[in-house]
Amino acid sequence: MRLVVDLNRCQGYAQCAFLAPDVFAMHGDEGLLYDPQAEAAQRERVAQAVAACPVQAILVDELDLAATAPAAATSSGEASDG
Amino acid sequence: MADSALDQLKRSGRIVVVGASLAGLRAAEVMREKGFAGTLTLIGDEPHEPYDRPPLSKQVLLGKADAEHTLLPRRRDIEAEWRLGVAAIGLDMAARTVKLADGDEVPYDRLLIATGVRARPWPNEAEGELAGVFTLRTREDGAGLARALAAGPRRVLVIGAGFTGSEIASACRERGVDVTVAERGDAPLVGALGGVIGAVAAELHRENGVDLRTGIMVTGLEGDSSGRVRAAHLSDGTTLECDVVVVSLGAQRNTEWLTGSGLGAGPRGIACDAGCRAFDLRGIVTDDIYVAGDVARSPHALFGYQFLSLEHWGNAVAQAETAAHNMLSESTDRRPHLWVPAFWSSQFGVNIKSVGVPSMGTEIMITQGSRAERRFTGVYGYQGRIIGAVTFDNARWLQFYERQIECTAPFPPPFTTVDRRADGQRPIPADFPDPSVPTHGPTITLSGYSPADRRIATFTPAGH
Repeated sequence: MRLVVDLNRCQGYAQCAFLAPDVFAMHGDEGLLYDPQAEAAQRERVAQAVAACPVQAILVDELDLAATAPAAATSSGEASDG
Repeated sequence: MADSALDQLKRSGRIVVVGASLAGLRAAEVMREKGFAGTLTLIGDEPHEPYDRPPLSKQVLLGKADAEHTLLPRRRDIEAEWRLGVAAIGLDMAARTVKLADGDEVPYDRLLIATGVRARPWPNEAEGELAGVFTLRTREDGAGLARALAAGPRRVLVIGAGFTGSEIASACRERGVDVTVAERGDAPLVGALGGVIGAVAAELHRENGVDLRTGIMVTGLEGDSSGRVRAAHLSDGTTLECDVVVVSLGAQRNTEWLTGSGLGAGPRGIACDAGCRAFDLRGIVTDDIYVAGDVARSPHALFGYQFLSLEHWGNAVAQAETAAHNMLSESTDRRPHLWVPAFWSSQFGVNIKSVGVPSMGTEIMITQGSRAERRFTGVYGYQGRIIGAVTFDNARWLQFYERQIECTAPFPPPFTTVDRRADGQRPIPADFPDPSVPTHGPTITLSGYSPADRRIATFTPAGH
């Protein structure tokens, strides 16, 4: 699953690193590192982290990611975007 | 009637977005959210779906994430026609078409330009093509540099100590790789945050084992017989042996494709009004062309109506949302993009964040914490008001100062704060370098005429 953290909002509360330590990790006292493409097995933990973030800074894919991305280097034509 | 024209656009119009990165994707999502049911085409010169760049200089270089796996999450299905891996090469404003590198022409009723910036290359092309010489902007750049660091180079040279260069140096040290940073200015981050904070950044580099050399230029790169970089020549006459070089000299705006189009585009970006509508070359606002993200330059009421172009993640998101809203709204429903600039960086284990426009500040005052502890809040003053703030591991204070900036609160702040230390009791000069002296490139470009300067601005159209 794809995810992104708005680090302008993030204030280093570390709830995410507590709830999903394989995806989020504190880097120093306040900085946050995260895996932008978490394993599917982490879905529930990531969902908990999203819900628990005091500043709602974590955005996770709303779409079913089973569908593949548009083929690389497509120069024209329609493609699924999910 | 205007009403029915907008309804028709929403129902069956054609919207083209040039630039398939953060701003382009967010704008497309908002357009669909607002009920746009017509044809939506996203054009991108890279062969990838929109991906996130900040991890490329942080977790990717640390080996904690894969450069291929930074695709941006989707908030909704945007049902777009994707034209990826093909660059836009021209714009015909009269015919309302975008020309593509493969010869196609894509017609539009509304156009959003979000072509962003690219890394400024090493000026000597042959030297820049040596194996082991990198820039860092794209996913391929990130993957290549991560591989080079993982291979255990003997010494990395980073040219330019802005945010990206400093983050790369930090990642090298965390991986135990020897790194030299060469910066033309007097300190790292000096263009964005001034010399007072730059001195703290310089200490961070040195404490973490970076061979930091300031006030110095790299005059040439030298390769071995196999075309691999082996050394760099410096302006002090010394030669540095290195097997990886990262050119981190700021960014260039992707506006060349608009040359001759009649749009108000140049090296500083594409001028637009606060509602993201692009100006044409005559300074007249267009009705159907909008701009968002790093490539846009728009006036901001809070900062003296200076035209700001911001290379900030949050600006790309906010400006894209405003542009998308305005593209599908009657003129009376349009919103201004008055986002307060904000960015973050993470280096040497320190979380650096900023709001406002520090580089407009002439003075700085440390209002919380202390520089010696690398944990503080610095507030920037300009003509008696608060214009920006920076925190080192003190991010929770930023929201407060953001509000102070928004309400043009006085500087120095009239209140006393709980933990103000000896070094912060009065404002001191912020020590920004003369902006006319080139550095690696600022992350905020101020390019408007400031009435406070009482100077006549001379205007040279570039590339037209």
